[in-house]
Parts: sequence; C-alpha cells; structure tokens
Amino acid sequence: MISGRVWKYGDHINTDLIIPGRYLDNYDLKHLASHAMEDVDAQFSKNVQAGDIVVAGRNFGCGSSREQAPLALKAAGVNAVIVGSAARIFYRNAINVGLLIIVCPEAERLFEQGDTAEIDLAGGILRNTRSGMTAKFTPPPAFLLEILEDGGLVPHLRKRMGSAPR
Amino acid sequence: MTFAQRVLSRASGTNACTGDIVNAKVDLAMSHENSALVLRSFREIGAKRIWDPRKVVLLFDHRIPANTIKTAEGHKEVRAFARSEQLPNFYDLGEGVCHQVLPEKGHVLPEMLVVGTDSHTTTYGALGAFATGIGATEMAGVWATGEIWLKVPETMRIHLRGKLPAHVWSKDVILHIIGSLGSDGADYKCVEFVGDAVSRMSIASRMVMSNMSIEMGAKAGICYPDRKTQDWLSTRTDHKWEVDLSYQTAEADEELEMDVEELEPQVACPHTVDNVVPVGKVEGIKIDQAVVGSCTNGRLEDLAAAEGVLRGSKVSKDVRLIVVPASREIYIEASEKGMLSSLARSGAVIVNPGCGPCLGGHQGILAAGERCISTTNRNFRGRMGSPDSEVYLASPETVAMSALKGVIADPRGR
Repeated sequence: MISGRVWKYGDHINTDLIIPGRYLDNYDLKHLASHAMEDVDAQFSKNVQAGDIVVAGRNFGCGSSREQAPLALKAAGVNAVIVGSAARIFYRNAINVGLLIIVCPEAERLFEQGDTAEIDLAGGILRNTRSGMTAKFTPPPAFLLEILEDGGLVPHLRKRMGSAPR
Repeated sequence: MTFAQRVLSRASGTNACTGDIVNAKVDLAMSHENSALVLRSFREIGAKRIWDPRKVVLLFDHRIPANTIKTAEGHKEVRAFARSEQLPNFYDLGEGVCHQVLPEKGHVLPEMLVVGTDSHTTTYGALGAFATGIGATEMAGVWATGEIWLKVPETMRIHLRGKLPAHVWSKDVILHIIGSLGSDGADYKCVEFVGDAVSRMSIASRMVMSNMSIEMGAKAGICYPDRKTQDWLSTRTDHKWEVDLSYQTAEADEELEMDVEELEPQVACPHTVDNVVPVGKVEGIKIDQAVVGSCTNGRLEDLAAAEGVLRGSKVSKDVRLIVVPASREIYIEASEKGMLSSLARSGAVIVNPGCGPCLGGHQGILAAGERCISTTNRNFRGRMGSPDSEVYLASPETVAMSALKGVIADPRGR
C-alpha cells in the first residue's frame, strides 16, 4: 500500500507550470525540485515532503515533451501522481523516470488538499483516509508496472540487456 | 487500414489494430539540446553503441548560440559524443529549428515512423510521416534498441473545405480547430487533415497544422502526401518512396468537417492555446513585443507575409518586433529576396535561426506586466518569461499588423 499527503491541483496543469522553460538549462535534480510547480503554487517546493502525492484533474502534463516535468516532481519527493487524465508524453515520461502515475477521473472529487491518499495498486483502489471514501482505477498494464518496479526505463533496460552503466 | 494502423503495422511487423500496444522499429530519431539528457540516460543504460547512427539526427536549436555556461556545457558534451561516435547527422547550431531542418535536409519521408524529444515532432506529419514526441530517457532506449512501444491510436479525420479568405492562414485554421476541440480534444489520436483546403495549402502551411496538433493532445497530425509533397521532397532527397493511399478511404473513428471560406483571423489568448477568439474580440489590446518565427511560423511564406504588411512602414515605437527565420536556408532565401533588409528597415530585430524566444530561454524574455503577440505555438503562463507576462498567438500577418499598430490588429484592415 502506498500512502501520502495530497497536493491538489485543477485541470490542464501544463509542463511549463510543472517546471518552467527558464530553468531547463540546468539538469541538476535539486535545482529542478526547487522550482517544481513554481508558477502555479509557490508554496509547493518549500513545503513538499518525501512521500507526498499530487492529485490533479484533466490533461495533466499537457504541452512540452520535457522529462524534467516528472523528474522535478520526483526529485521534490513526490511518490505518485493521481490524475483525471494525462497528456500522453507526460504519462510515458513519468513511467520512464520511475514515477507512479494513476489515471482516475473520480480522484479529483475524492481528495482535498492535505488529505492522505492510499493507493492499492494491485487492487486498483484509491482511498481517502479522512473520509473513508474510495474510487476504482485501472492499474497500468503489466509491462509498465514492470518498468516502474525496476525503478524506471534505465534500470529496466539494463536488466533486460544485461548491461552496466558506462 | 488507417494511416496509423498501416505505419505501425509495417514498423512492428504485426497486423496493428486500434488500441493494440505494439513494439515498433523507429525509422528516424531526433533530439536537440536535450540530447545531453538523452546521453546521460544512454550511458546509464550501458548500451555499447547507438543501434543505427544513420537514423539519428542531432542538432541544437533551443538556446543557440549558448546563452549560459550550463547550456554551453551541454552543447560541448553532445558535440564531443557526436564526434567520437562519428554520427553522420549532427548539425550543431548553425542550421536552425529542428522541425524545419530535418525536412529540409531530406531526413523525413512519407510513412516513416519518426520520434523526437520534442512535443512538436508532430510537424513532420505534414509530409505524411507518423511523427510523435517522446521524452529523453525513452529516446535513450531508442538509441539503445531502435524500438519503442506505441499504442495504435484512433483516427480523427478533419475535412477542411473551401478557399481561405485573403489574410487568413492555416494558422487561423488550426487555432480555430484547437479552440473548438479544446486542449485535450484530440488526446492520443492520429489527426488527419484532409480536403481541398489542405490540397491548396503549401507544405509550409500544412506544417503549421501538423505542428500544432499536439496543442489539442494529438499523438500525430498528418496530411496525405500528394504532388506538392513529391515536388517538395524531390529537391531534398534521392530516397525513393512509394505511397499507397488506400488509407484515405479507411474508416476513421471520428470525422469532422470545417468550411474555411468564412473563417476570420484567429487569436489564442492567455494562458491556454484553446482560448481562441476571432481577432475582432481582442483588437486594440496594447502590446509590448511581437514575434514572427519558430517551428510553427518561421518559414519563407511567413516572413513574406510579415514583410508585406510592414514594407515601407515602421513598427510602432512602443513595440519590439523580433523576427526568427526557422532555418539557415530560409534566412539566406529571405535575405536574397530583400525581405530581411526590408524588415530591418521597418525596425525588426532579426535573430539567428532557431527557437528564439518561444520557450522563454533567451532572445526576447518578457518582464512582469508585458504583453506579446507571437506566431509561436504556446502561450502558457510564464512561457516566454515572467509568469506575470502574457502571450497571444496569431498568424504572421496578424502579428505584423499588430506590431505596426502597437495594439492587436486585424490584418484585413489595411
């Protein structure tokens, strides 16, 4: 069971809001984390804690292909993202960098800022510990869960190819 | 079989049906500055070499010439890698924005499967390629294996009928479509732009629509290859290509129609691309900066349209006009035709081919409270600088007219 404190956002949170283009010349993870969500919520990077969960509405991560978007959230300590729907490149990038992403249209109504969310990945159930309310979701397909379990695409391919970092 | 099914069947060696997840072989893989990030993941994977160096194209366009030490270090690292691996298709920083340079250099052919570490990779759909954006780590996987998993998308076919009125462009068409469908209106779909209005469009104009397909969430945005495609490609590549147009009559999941004859110039207002209105609704709004350029609208016909509006006149004294030719080839051609000197006389600041100020990296960053009208493809909050600035999107002609007047202006009102 995965659980964490909820940061709640609305629809159409785009990649430029998750990590603005002006910070992309520096790939340092601490730098990215320190500017995560800056233009939508200045408090986020200051107060986010390891294990927190981002809950958002429709079309999360629309816009750019920048992998720094899920990377910035992960580097800031975010353990999972639960969204109403996800832009396709963000969805792939999240899995590839090893950030759990759950698509559940009811999630937005289930959680408020500061609630604790529980994710039963195998069972496909989200639960709000405050209200006790639950919602069902379709877990990512097995081959994507395997990438996530391996810690992202890099360790996954390393395992598959029997290679070691150069 | 739809276009998407056809390309993905061939690339995966399967009979790809909509909704299937296939493992597809990539025909072309493009990366720009974020090659540095790709390279980092590629080394971490530990692959011995790039699966097929002929199929990889690298260049710099986002921050050229380097705007910070960090950028310079990234460029240096990728440059060294390209040299040590003897990559045959490394263009460094002299050629311009990737989505113009790859087609110009003859890398893109109809029915290819192209992936790029840039969301506007959909641009190549204008030549009939299935082209889509991916992230850097995923590209490292492509470099290592030559393969990628893809879900076979549904097809949304948009029929565009009629003749565009004077001063109305493909940019206005795609802005209107995005405004109608919304920023996730084509999520995960392969959008096909078809009809006589598309047939009449130049390849450059088609690229505008394919480029901006991602702004409504599309996985790919294609135009069927035709005689114009053939002519355009014939001067750029010796590669033979054959097109089976059977997919034109394949059943689409969704068919939409739009008559373009009555269309007015459109403007996307802050801070989302689907916040679109006819120009009349925003006429008179004061602007501080105007930008003509980018992978959306930095081609010769775009520069010509802007120059046509401004010729012999001066840009408003309160407006900074920045012009960014999309590529070296376009820069030279515009220069030889006298367009650049004409634009410079009108007061334009002409910067080197590349992404320019589009993504807020350099060459025209906005201060808080400033407002810009631009031919680029995104107007997200903070996109071009301060989160308290505003970006409006429009065609080159609307942008040029606005630069002339100092306020958002209708290009039909000359």
